Amino acid sequence: MKEPRQRSGANASDAAANTASDAVFQIRGVTKVYRMGEVEVHALKGVDLELYRGELVVLLGASGSGKSTLLNIIGGLDTPTEGTVVYQDHILTSADESELTRFRREHVGFVFQFYNLIPSLTALENVELITEIAESPISAKEALEMVGLSERINHFPAQLSGGEQQRVAIARAVAKQPDVLLCDEPTGALDVTTGKLVLKVIEKVNRELGTTTAIITHNAAIAAMADRVIHIGSGRITEIIRNSEKKSPDSLVW
Amino acid sequence: MKPLSKKMVRDLWHLRGQVLATMLVVACGVASFVAMKSTYESLVESRDNYYSHYRFADVFAGLKRAPRSAAAEIRAIPGVAEVEARVVAKVTLDLPDLPEPAQGRLVSLPEAGAGHLNSLFLLRGRLLEPGDRDEVVISGAFADANRLQPGDQVSAVLNGRLRRLRVVGIALSPEYIYEIRPGDIFPDNRRFGILWMNERAVASVFQMENAFNDVVLTLAPGAGEADVIEKLDRILEPYGGFGAYGRSDQLSHRFVANELSELQVFGTVIPVIFLGVTAFLLHLVLTRLVNVEREQIGLLKSFGYSNADIGLHFLQLAVLAIFGGIVIGIGLGWWTGRGMARLYGEFFHFPILDFSISLPVILWSFVISIGSAAIGATAAVRSAVSLPPAEAMRPEPPANFHAGFIESTGFQQMLSTESRIAARNLARRPVKALLSAFGISLSIALLFIGFYFFDAIDRIIMVQFDLVQREDVEVGFNEPRPGRAALELVELPGVRRVEPYRVVSARLRFASRSRRVGLIGLSAEGELRRIVNDDLRIVNLPPEGIVLGSTLAESLGVAKGDIVTVEVTEGSRPVREVAIADVPRELLGLSAYMDIRALNRLMMEGGTVSGAFLSVDENARAELYSKLKRTPAVSGVGLPKAALDSFNETMAKTMGTMTWFLIGFACVIAFGVVYNGARIALAERGRELSSLRVLGFTNREIAKMLLGEQAALTLLAIPMGWVLGFATSWLVTRVVDAEIVRLPVVVSGETFIFSAGIVVIAAAVSGIIVARRIRHMDLIAVLKTRE
Repeated sequence: MKEPRQRSGANASDAAANTASDAVFQIRGVTKVYRMGEVEVHALKGVDLELYRGELVVLLGASGSGKSTLLNIIGGLDTPTEGTVVYQDHILTSADESELTRFRREHVGFVFQFYNLIPSLTALENVELITEIAESPISAKEALEMVGLSERINHFPAQLSGGEQQRVAIARAVAKQPDVLLCDEPTGALDVTTGKLVLKVIEKVNRELGTTTAIITHNAAIAAMADRVIHIGSGRITEIIRNSEKKSPDSLVW
Repeated sequence: MKPLSKKMVRDLWHLRGQVLATMLVVACGVASFVAMKSTYESLVESRDNYYSHYRFADVFAGLKRAPRSAAAEIRAIPGVAEVEARVVAKVTLDLPDLPEPAQGRLVSLPEAGAGHLNSLFLLRGRLLEPGDRDEVVISGAFADANRLQPGDQVSAVLNGRLRRLRVVGIALSPEYIYEIRPGDIFPDNRRFGILWMNERAVASVFQMENAFNDVVLTLAPGAGEADVIEKLDRILEPYGGFGAYGRSDQLSHRFVANELSELQVFGTVIPVIFLGVTAFLLHLVLTRLVNVEREQIGLLKSFGYSNADIGLHFLQLAVLAIFGGIVIGIGLGWWTGRGMARLYGEFFHFPILDFSISLPVILWSFVISIGSAAIGATAAVRSAVSLPPAEAMRPEPPANFHAGFIESTGFQQMLSTESRIAARNLARRPVKALLSAFGISLSIALLFIGFYFFDAIDRIIMVQFDLVQREDVEVGFNEPRPGRAALELVELPGVRRVEPYRVVSARLRFASRSRRVGLIGLSAEGELRRIVNDDLRIVNLPPEGIVLGSTLAESLGVAKGDIVTVEVTEGSRPVREVAIADVPRELLGLSAYMDIRALNRLMMEGGTVSGAFLSVDENARAELYSKLKRTPAVSGVGLPKAALDSFNETMAKTMGTMTWFLIGFACVIAFGVVYNGARIALAERGRELSSLRVLGFTNREIAKMLLGEQAALTLLAIPMGWVLGFATSWLVTRVVDAEIVRLPVVVSGETFIFSAGIVVIAAAVSGIIVARRIRHMDLIAVLKTRE
């Protein structure tokens, strides 16, 4: 059964199949203007978007499209110039620095393009660093098991391949059982085979833990594994596509 | 400006915090070098000028009495240039504002004038008029301490007669640059001074017409001092010569020389510490800079810049970074040196103490600072030069951590994750970590040494004034008196206890060595004056034999049980072989003791005494003092507690100033090392720390991770600093002239606590300054860039 492709420009809400009560994030009229010396850069120009509980979305866009800015705002790393971002009952746009820190600490898991592991800590310790400060984490070993690294928990980052490092990073992100997992170009620094392995882990986390997951990428092939694909261009959401059928990362080709 | 020069200026601006910290360290090093070296040079120059212009004598001798004709004999000794025979006497003074009697050393001057040898520098008033019998010129420090001016009068007991003397002038003499009563450890200018009087006036009072009891002489160029001393002793022997000695045994000269040698040692050690730290800091900063600029260096090379160009560029950067420090240091050194010279002026009385910085000192400041910068830059320059261009343009490989020493011990199980990060970062570069800790430990050591001086002085004061000199008043007779003279002192108001003593001048000989000493006879059951070992043990005087202080015993090369020859140089001049009964480790001076009865037997005299120690009722002091001022037989009164008070007054100021400087110096080093270390750690681990911020760690948690390393280094530095400080303090005790004072190796708990505490605070402050930068980390950039 195939659902019709739903297209939407400015207003994403009427494209959603889910009900508003399921929305984890509600983003309304978000704009972001950077001042770069004399020049104003409009990174986001009025974005409305909802992210729903348990879904896996891919934010797809070329570099400079504003997708990273949007992810940073969702993740509490940046604040919009205008508009509101509401996470469940927290209004992120009126939160101060320390509230944002607490938000990230309690609710968000991050996976970066360059893994950003602590080189002086082993795989296990990198994960433990987070489980130590989390409220109800799963055990670090369990997290590493989930990403298929139980054999290498005592290795330092320098002793791990890029794909392994990224899987440690995912284990680190999910160990605290975050409400949302944000992945910024998670396969950007990896070859195809390893990239797929990493995506499989992300898909598994989304499926098994039900963590709302957003992947930003410029790689259109990845879009096929998402529940919804959000196209971003020139600071606007140009199109939202609901995949009728999620593909397994194994079957992706790029 | 060439492009490379522009890059250099911008690099310096970019690194300004670290450059500033390094500059401060350089400035302190240069300042301490300039201040101490210039003070040293200025003091030496002032002293040498003073000595030569005012003809300071080379050889000194006291005797009982010799006819004037003996002076001609002395003049005839080969190698003797000029001779001045004079009369010197101890006198008791009654000063208007001083309840207790003061003691004067009365020195005769040839009729009119300033004296030929050791001649006077007139500060105020005038010199003596020929023929006047009541005029005196008094020493500057004594005049200042007692606020005496030309025209004032002082009462003095001269040879048993009370005389009123008129002060006509106030002067200095090269013989008394350091004006201290023989036998004292601290100058007490209130109660001891020098008075110069016309020769004829002195001679008539002391029945010394056509005679003298003291002689000073200068040597002709190339003359052998030892030779002249030997011949002089032979001439003076029949006249009761006490033994001649050279400048090195002259009290004032000896104190000045000791101070100068200490100044020279510190003037070397402290700058070396700072410049060592400078080299290390530049090494840290530049090595980091080369790592950051790898790609640029590779690019420059690929454009055809030579290794020499690149190497020179980083070398220039290092020199430029410290240049301002050198200039500031010279200015600061000038200012500090002037202050130090002024401080010395309070203890050492020179006519002119001109403080100036010599050109060589300025040039050396540049040479040694630039040298240390070059040493610091070497490793960075070498690694910049040795990078092949293609490799240089690739980013530095990621920090390579492996399971190492810490993991193999299982020690990491005991550490929190944050502590593991710090421990592994340190273990990855152990040499750098050790050097950092060593740098911090130097600042602890510096403070330790400073505080140790307080401990040593406290201990000396405690031993000397609580255990050794327990008398309230020491009374010295103008000549040896029969034992009953001491007993009569009991009749004086307020006197509770009297313990007589005998002191004779003697020469001790063992094998080829000999020393002049005052041999002191004490009563074995005495309680007012005791012999105390440096472990605070009271040494009992044996009924027979001689007890030598360890410093004296060492200089004679003798040990307990050896037999020394005692040649007494007064009275009937007996010569005896005496067994050494004990060698206590005393803190002060060159002392030789015997039981007073044994000494009397050795002198073949009855119960003769030289003076007595008194214990006195507090309430009757004033009465006792006024009585003593007018007791003809008394030529000297010593008041240990008053001397201690005057010492505390002057010394407290000097030590206080010194302590603040040391604290300042130590804080600069600690700040420089910790600040630079933390800044570099922040730069190296910025990405890692920003990632953690993104992951939800708070600024405070990140600061803890960043500063954990510096905290560990500071903790490691504490025991290192203590050991280093203790070792250096011990070395200092070796440098100080043991014949003046043997500094006890005692360290109080406060010294340990404060030396570490102050540095920990300085380190914490510099850490906090760096930690504030964490707030400004760009959390977004870190997600996108690879280091």
